[in-house]
Amino acid sequence: MTEIVIDVRGLVKRFGERTVVNGVNIRMPKGQVWGFLGPNGSGKTTTLRMITGLLKPNAGEGACLGHDILRESAAIKRATGYMTQGFSFWSDLTVRENLDFVARVYQLPNRRQVVDEALLKLGLAQRQKQLAGSLSGGWKQRLALAAVTLHRPQLLLLDEPTAGVDPQARRDFWDEIHRLSGTGLTVLVTTHYMDEAERCDRIVCIAQGNLITEGNVADVIAHSGLTTFSASGAGVRRLAPSLKGKPGVEHVAFFGSALHVSGTDSEALRTAISSFKQDADWEEIAPSLEDTFIALMARAGVDLRQQS
Amino acid sequence: MIPLAGSGPRILAILIKEAIQMRRDRLTLAMMMVIPIVQLILFGFAINSDPKHLPTAVYTEENTPVVRALVQSFINSGYYDVTMRSGGPEDSSRRLATREASFVIHIPAGFTRRLIRGERPQMLIEADASDPAASSIAIGRAQAIVDHALSHELKGPLSRQRQQPGPVQVVIQPRYNPEGITQYNIVPGLLGVILTMTLVIITSMAMTRENERGNMENLLAMPARPLEVMIGKIAPYLLMGATQTLIVLLAARFIFNVPFRGPLWTLLLGVLTFIIANLSLGFTFSTIAKTQLQAMQMTFFFFLPSILLSGFMFPFRGMPNWAQYIGEVLPLTHFLRIVRGVMLKGVGIGDIAIEFQALLIFIMVVGTIAILRYRRTLD
Repeated sequence: MTEIVIDVRGLVKRFGERTVVNGVNIRMPKGQVWGFLGPNGSGKTTTLRMITGLLKPNAGEGACLGHDILRESAAIKRATGYMTQGFSFWSDLTVRENLDFVARVYQLPNRRQVVDEALLKLGLAQRQKQLAGSLSGGWKQRLALAAVTLHRPQLLLLDEPTAGVDPQARRDFWDEIHRLSGTGLTVLVTTHYMDEAERCDRIVCIAQGNLITEGNVADVIAHSGLTTFSASGAGVRRLAPSLKGKPGVEHVAFFGSALHVSGTDSEALRTAISSFKQDADWEEIAPSLEDTFIALMARAGVDLRQQS
Repeated sequence: MIPLAGSGPRILAILIKEAIQMRRDRLTLAMMMVIPIVQLILFGFAINSDPKHLPTAVYTEENTPVVRALVQSFINSGYYDVTMRSGGPEDSSRRLATREASFVIHIPAGFTRRLIRGERPQMLIEADASDPAASSIAIGRAQAIVDHALSHELKGPLSRQRQQPGPVQVVIQPRYNPEGITQYNIVPGLLGVILTMTLVIITSMAMTRENERGNMENLLAMPARPLEVMIGKIAPYLLMGATQTLIVLLAARFIFNVPFRGPLWTLLLGVLTFIIANLSLGFTFSTIAKTQLQAMQMTFFFFLPSILLSGFMFPFRGMPNWAQYIGEVLPLTHFLRIVRGVMLKGVGIGDIAIEFQALLIFIMVVGTIAILRYRRTLD
């Protein structure tokens, strides 16, 4: 049986009257890369913070790396690398000084060597004397990744690590994540980017504090029950406003010059677009992850409003 | 062209934005209102450049109606509060050194007999003159008080003794700072003021800086415990405080020629305790304040009474009781007694143990608050 790294049940976090996380369960096996998807304010960061012990849950329990999340946060911190949303290393220290500080706090043996290796591995060697604050976004992110993996954690929690980073740097970053995962490291990463979600072994979707769905990308798309049509042709731009609000049409979005029209009620959707048959060329397609994600979030919003 | 023509709407836009931001920053707004009130109270009521009711010991070697009348007239003057008897010269010195008494009035044996014979007897007033501002007015009044008292006592056949230059010779012995040099009192005190100002400000930024720059979450995610962070953050400034102390002590010795009469190690122990007290306070501020600006404001709010109520600028004994109680809470008050006691009076640790105790209690209370306030989690 595979080793379970994160095993939390019924996590609840309230800030005052507002429930930010509402009964989240995550059971994550060792060595995988999971994507944690959800819109802004859906509770992703709060969940990560509860897993590391940075926040105390109001309810729920669980273990991280075999340590109780309520009582053994010190042990969890020692074995976990947590990359915060936004750069949180010291901008008035140099690249090397930042890594040196981290190595000392974690009491790593052979500090010099460990830091040297990290600098080389992430291509930071030439910039080791540069102040961290003067690095560009991509280099800051490399430094942060070097720093949070310096103590060879068993679990990596990454909170929107690639926000504001160019495509090449993002690709390099993900190559590094998969390389680390190959060495047995478990990675949970929050993201807004669909292409990044597609690089994950499995995705977990959260909306307004509730887990909506989880599975690999194909499963999530397949289980969404979504039907999508693509319309192309000269008139599609004028088509969009008329389609919105028609029964069965849940989402209308442009993809380049094509228009994607989606809905869960396949029959109603077909009826709706039949009246626009002559305005464009229609073709049924497999919904993209983005179509699915938007549909799931919207549905979750409606469901939650009905419950309350 | 008129430079500000048509600027009205834009000025109004900025003005409205500023007003909204000002209203949101409650602490600054409160400071703007509270500081004038505090200053009015402190300068208006607490500070008094004519200190009265100074604790006085009497050492009378005879008990005659004239002696009793003399002592009573010192009490009646309002400057001398005769609250204790001295057992002799050594006891007198100890009481002055430990600040128990500001003055000792010594009337020798045979005083009355010599007065009646018209021999112009001497009486002695020993004064703690380490702070010239505190003692000089009372000292200046002494001869007048005696002359006035005797004008009542020497009546009938004795009235001929009321001649000039006065029937009694009042000998004043200002101790510790006989020339009344203000710098002797100010320069050691300045050491305390400098340490308070710089160290509290710097440490009050310690945690707020991490907060403001977004490093706090990262620091909390690492396996460092609150006490470890606190000690690690405070320790570098110990060295800074030590350097400042060295500079002030060298200047006191070679520029201002301030005497140094007591044991150096007692002073250094006092400096160390005082530095730790200030650093703990600054660290506590930094766990309470949300921004560096707030930390600065808290420091300033603490610094104001420290300067005014500690006895640095104005005589401590000249203040009303309520102001003295506030003064007793401030570390600077106790440090001033240590540094002035050691340098000017040559006292040892035994004489000022109570000041060390006060500083230690301060450190413990403030340190506990800091540890409790330090956030282990982001809640």
